[in-house]
Amino acid sequence: MYDVIIIGGGIVGCALARELSRYRLKLALVEKEVEVGFGTSKTNSGIIHAGHHSPANTFKGKFEWAGNQMWDDLARDLKFGFDRIGELLLALNPDDVKYLENLKKQGEDRGVTGLEIWAPPRIQKEEPNLSHTILQALHAPTAAVINPYEACFGLIECAQQNGAELFCGYLVSDIVKDGRNFTIQTPQQNFRGRIIINAAGVFADQIAALVGADNFKIVARKGEEYLLDRRLQGIVTRLIFPTPTANSKGVLIIPTVDGPIMVGPTADNIENREDLSTSFAGAHKIFESVRRYCPAISERDTITEFAGLRAIADTNDFVIGPTPIKGFYNVAGIQSPGLTAAPAIATYVTAMLQDDGLALEEKTDWEAEVDGPPHFAQKGKKERQAALMRDPAYGRIVCRCELVTEAEVRYAIRHGARTLDGVKFRVRAGMGRCQGGFCTTRIMDLLSETLGIPLTDISKRGPGSEVCRPRQERLPVGDQT
Amino acid sequence: MNNPLKKKYTVVIVGGGPAGLSAALGARAAGAERILIIDREIEVGGILNQCIHSGFGLHHFKEELTGPEYAERCINSARSADVEILSDSYVLDISPELQLEIISSRYGYLNLKAQAVVLAMGCRERTRGAIRTPGFRPAGVMTAGLAQKMVNMKGLLPGRRIAILGSGDIGLIMARRLILEGCEVTGVYEVQPYSNGLTRNLVQCLDDFAIPLHLSTTVAFIHGRDRVEGLTIAPVNEQYIPDPKRSWEVACDTLLLSIGLIPENELSTKLRLRMDPATGGPQVTSTLETSLPGVFACGNVLHVHDIVDFVSEEASRAGRFAAEVAAGRRRPSDNIALQAGANIASCVPQSLSPDRKQTIYLRVKQPVKNCILTIGDRYEKKFRVLTPSEMIRLTLAPEVLDRYFGENLKIDVRSQEVA
Repeated sequence: MYDVIIIGGGIVGCALARELSRYRLKLALVEKEVEVGFGTSKTNSGIIHAGHHSPANTFKGKFEWAGNQMWDDLARDLKFGFDRIGELLLALNPDDVKYLENLKKQGEDRGVTGLEIWAPPRIQKEEPNLSHTILQALHAPTAAVINPYEACFGLIECAQQNGAELFCGYLVSDIVKDGRNFTIQTPQQNFRGRIIINAAGVFADQIAALVGADNFKIVARKGEEYLLDRRLQGIVTRLIFPTPTANSKGVLIIPTVDGPIMVGPTADNIENREDLSTSFAGAHKIFESVRRYCPAISERDTITEFAGLRAIADTNDFVIGPTPIKGFYNVAGIQSPGLTAAPAIATYVTAMLQDDGLALEEKTDWEAEVDGPPHFAQKGKKERQAALMRDPAYGRIVCRCELVTEAEVRYAIRHGARTLDGVKFRVRAGMGRCQGGFCTTRIMDLLSETLGIPLTDISKRGPGSEVCRPRQERLPVGDQT
Repeated sequence: MNNPLKKKYTVVIVGGGPAGLSAALGARAAGAERILIIDREIEVGGILNQCIHSGFGLHHFKEELTGPEYAERCINSARSADVEILSDSYVLDISPELQLEIISSRYGYLNLKAQAVVLAMGCRERTRGAIRTPGFRPAGVMTAGLAQKMVNMKGLLPGRRIAILGSGDIGLIMARRLILEGCEVTGVYEVQPYSNGLTRNLVQCLDDFAIPLHLSTTVAFIHGRDRVEGLTIAPVNEQYIPDPKRSWEVACDTLLLSIGLIPENELSTKLRLRMDPATGGPQVTSTLETSLPGVFACGNVLHVHDIVDFVSEEASRAGRFAAEVAAGRRRPSDNIALQAGANIASCVPQSLSPDRKQTIYLRVKQPVKNCILTIGDRYEKKFRVLTPSEMIRLTLAPEVLDRYFGENLKIDVRSQEVA
């Protein structure tokens, strides 16, 4: 019997698992994908919002700024990519200028520090590659970029080392309440728990419906993103936002933590919650938009594209709290600024559970930190030499585009990677400009050897996405005599 | 482990494929004393090792070899010429003073000084991102070269029912290879109105196996969440925009991409070499020297070749010139700049010197028939057919440029007929 079972291993589920792992609780996280962070979180834009975007009197507004301030400590303890590079919100039309002023006031009312409106000379000095037609820009130094998948891996690894149990590849098929407790059914096994937290992302309304706690509906809003070649690295040094529209924050220019520039996302509500396809129209829209404020960016520099789904609740705010089904809590509809808000949501939900009677006894031996992946490419010469002395596998470059060594791929597998994507998102092997053209078979070998599974079982991101097939049995050829 | 390497080399070659190996032999023939090849793979030979089909060596060795056989000959020659080979090692950086920073699983962190460096890192394949093919991102979409490695090196199949986007040579070779492995190949789809592969590959790999080639056609959508389930194929207009009204569906579990090759110039960019946007490689003089004195380039890192024989020939010259410069012997520097004129996509080298025989490699932009290639007013040659997929190789005798006092020579291809 678990004290708490979290359904969904996205950024919210993982943050909550770590937060609850501070206390003497029997804790489980159940995730349908083969690894955590493989749903919405993996395809997130990777932005910690500055704190001023979301309106007051909403959960979004409440947790955006609170969450923002929690990420420095998390990045330090969990060793994921994080950098407070700041953001510029651009006024391209005269109407936008007023919006900038209102946003500045909204932020200042909430305590967001450092907000400044820049005139064109300052914009051109700081970001010379932006269009010279920009009227004004609101600078917010508190904005940051982050690797959201690394954050998920770090959070769950920390939770696990503090006793939380992780079940990946377990699809929840039903939830039955008997008396005060719940039974969660999955094809592999059942889980008994006293408290259920529904953090199932775009499927949260379907999970809630299993116990009749679905007083909300989720719409999936698709966003396409395009990652550009390192050639354009440094073309902007801050996050660049246009003035937003009703549906989205607009098409952004994102200098990712690892350097390459990413542009996107689009914002289109879709019916099929599995639809992660990209489109001609999406690419066209993104590059048309971006060129208005950064003319040097071209679609010709794309190295890869992908799409993700935001979980939008019909309330247009986060759905966080208890339900009429006692013991069943929704943490749903976590759209932007959900990543930013996640750690604040985790502490809020923990306090809420305590208020509802969950006894929280702090562990004395709770360990806040994890080691984190040894990013060889980011190390100086001395550190590289030391690493090579320790382990010759640092001398074997597996992914040449991102300079990832065999030692790092082995690290990724030791720390839970089961798929090509699992390795890629932990240590960047296959993420560069050749997109795995050279390193795929090498990584497959390492996965196969370390996990003791045949090459034909190695998948891109879980069962059904196996990369290759066994060679066919030789068939008799014609009537050779 | 004891490090057998020296601190200083006459010529260091980055890359141990056909270009690197041939460059080493060229350097040895020109008298270079200490020659080192550095390769990141455990076995040298480069991409030839996975090209188990035949057709290599007709020019260079005057006989038909498979890729591994061609590589073996180069490797054996290099070994018997006392070329040192450091495999399973990676060049992190080269300083403008030609100090190389290397990591090796065997010997750890290494620093070497070279008197001349030859860049021979080869090329990589363009990926789906480069053409932004819409659709899902399932397993089963991969470059043709990766599929070749899986089939020929690992004994695995990329899938059972294969579609191929792009008619590059590797795609054509893989179409045949996968048929021989018992797979089905639905067809090759090429966005251009002409094929991008060598004619011999079109004949031997597609025609002989009745695999259809669809020109002016592309993949408009990739279906399948986890694994490729099918494709929407559509004809394109002159702007390469697919026409959804005339599209059709193809069921398959694999999409191979053979949509072009890009020279691997990470080190060249770090060295801030002057690059040629037309080739994607560094600009070189007629001695294949880059904009940084003492640094030479050859093979697919310089410009993408169609056949390995020309790579060997070019690389051998690069090695020779590198050895000469290392020994302090410099040829007169170039004084004629070559300009790509009508219907010329690229030209290597980018400059010439009139003092010796010159070899020039060219590609046309558009296929043409019955055309005349001119180099200024100095040279003229008729061709029956020229296509972008077949590189033109010209040797100019010294007399052609004798007493030419201009600074620029423009190369044009003119024709009344479009092929």
